[in-house]
Amino acid sequence: MTSRSPGRLEAALRAARDAGRKSLVPYITGGLDGWRPAVEAAAAAGADGVEIGIPFSDPVMDGPTIQAAGDRALAAGATPAGILAAAAELDVGVPLVVMTYYNIAHHMGHRRFARSLAETGFAGAILADLPLEESAPWTAAADEAGIETVLLAAPTASAERLAAVCARARGFVYAVGLLGVTGERDTLAASATVIAGRLKAVTDLPVLVGVGVSTPRQATEATTVADGVVVGSAVVRRLLDGHGPEGVGEVVGDLRRALDRHASR
Amino acid sequence: MAMTDPTPEGRFGEFGGCYVPETLVPACQELDRSFRSAWADAAFRDRLESLLRDYAGRPSPLSDCIRLSAELGLRLLLKREDLNHTGSHKINNVLGQALLAQRMGKARLVAETGAGQHGVATATAAALLGMECTVYMGEVDVARQELNVFRMRLLGAEVHAVATGSRTLKDAINEALRDWVATVERTHYCLGSVMGPHPYPWMVREFHRVIGDEARRQCAARLGGDPDVVVACVGGGSNAAGIFSGFTDGEAELVGVEPAGGAAVGRGIPGVVHGSLSYLMQDEFGQVLEAASISAGLDYPGVGPEHAHLARTGRARYESVTDDEVLAAFELLSRTEGIIPALEPAHGLAWISRERRALAGRTVLLNLSGRGDKDVDLVMGLQA
Repeated sequence: MTSRSPGRLEAALRAARDAGRKSLVPYITGGLDGWRPAVEAAAAAGADGVEIGIPFSDPVMDGPTIQAAGDRALAAGATPAGILAAAAELDVGVPLVVMTYYNIAHHMGHRRFARSLAETGFAGAILADLPLEESAPWTAAADEAGIETVLLAAPTASAERLAAVCARARGFVYAVGLLGVTGERDTLAASATVIAGRLKAVTDLPVLVGVGVSTPRQATEATTVADGVVVGSAVVRRLLDGHGPEGVGEVVGDLRRALDRHASR
Repeated sequence: MAMTDPTPEGRFGEFGGCYVPETLVPACQELDRSFRSAWADAAFRDRLESLLRDYAGRPSPLSDCIRLSAELGLRLLLKREDLNHTGSHKINNVLGQALLAQRMGKARLVAETGAGQHGVATATAAALLGMECTVYMGEVDVARQELNVFRMRLLGAEVHAVATGSRTLKDAINEALRDWVATVERTHYCLGSVMGPHPYPWMVREFHRVIGDEARRQCAARLGGDPDVVVACVGGGSNAAGIFSGFTDGEAELVGVEPAGGAAVGRGIPGVVHGSLSYLMQDEFGQVLEAASISAGLDYPGVGPEHAHLARTGRARYESVTDDEVLAAFELLSRTEGIIPALEPAHGLAWISRERRALAGRTVLLNLSGRGDKDVDLVMGLQA
């Protein structure tokens, strides 16, 4: 583990942690009207990285907000290659991570998808339905192309399984904050800090909590243990509701300020 | 080549596997362990066998079609899964999974359903064993299978109409998986076909193996051996897997019949959705296509991974028929044999009827996987 030099994504999140800063990674559905200015607004408002979703027809890990965004993007003609090509023109100064489902990569071909990500400037990839046991063909191609594969770690995993996931994860470990799909909740689930703590005990990789983290308060609560948060539905909802990139900039800015205030206490 | 156990990773040849969100991996692994232990436990198998006999009405009969055989110029036999309790083969699998869920200490079942047959069967098993039951069904199917929705509610199940995507079986599975992700600690996902993540394709086939084992014994007694051809309809492919499993190590030709609008083997290419790698109807970007079939139970763009393997190795072949051919077969069996079939197995008969010249003089066994009461309204509407 120590012999491997960290990729761009891991390096950026480690640098943030070393500087005493909690990481903030918003998620934005690619292909949704206004998504590129939204990525720029998120970066300008203090994101440490941005996840860009490639919509899939059957997103089983996603709740209503991200499902609706994906459906809208697909109806507008979004394609994987189109989103990657458009992302290549972004110059936001923070690492970009693609988030999608495995069939998109499988269909394009592991090596071709990994190379396309690298050529269009992505640092990492998250495949929501590709667990550790099935990941080898993809991670071989991703490693070769220099793409960091972020793996999910869930509250249902044994200690042994969490360690195995962390050993293969690159970039950061995505701690699934609750039993459930993506979406906003009223309060942070108790499981969020528990899973973050269990992961921090077995890995030195940055640990970011996602799923069920939407508000500044939830973000600061999660980062009492975790190194950062991923916020998806709360961000995407601004675009769905017509608030545009400005709306995205506001919600990311609010989260940034809360995390920074909390960290400096 | 017989239908053997998959590899420990759940592979049938290159197909299968366990492609699920990380949250569900431990549950799939636990299910694999529990199923292996239960299936090797004589007490579990006795309990299941007595339920299948005393509650579901097994063994199901083997019927000779006298008038229809004469009309088609071949010898047609029907494996009468339509006569099982709840009206289809689905009860075999559901009783097995419900007993297994209890053994694992899970008090709640969640299921998807297309035509409603699997939903009704799951609701039935839940009522029998005193378990909670939630069924997801696409809005389109809720509308075209109203009677089954009422039956499920009568049996105490909660039925959720799914309004996303194509609003059919594919989306009901998505929603059932989302439910399971959130409730996995106390819920068993009672998946209704030989699809999904390992161990489902294997486990569901094993629970339906009783169809093939009975049919083979019945054919031996009636015919003195195997039939020449074994035919079954294929959506996900559970009834076909069940009957094929009794005959794969013999000489009988095995034919799976898909709807033309959902021909995963015929028109699909390998892809991953709902937990396994198999043939899948998808567009040029890897988005899963919506199937289009008159039969809600076969309205699915994928197929179980073991069928993909049987197709790839050539042990079974997969054909397709149109909705019009299916409706003609539905009427044909009703009129000549006094058996109103479900639209799903009417696909098998439609193929037999179309290929009757090629099948002339041969003995053909069709798995009549369900009865047609649920489809009478729909067919009535089409004739109006």
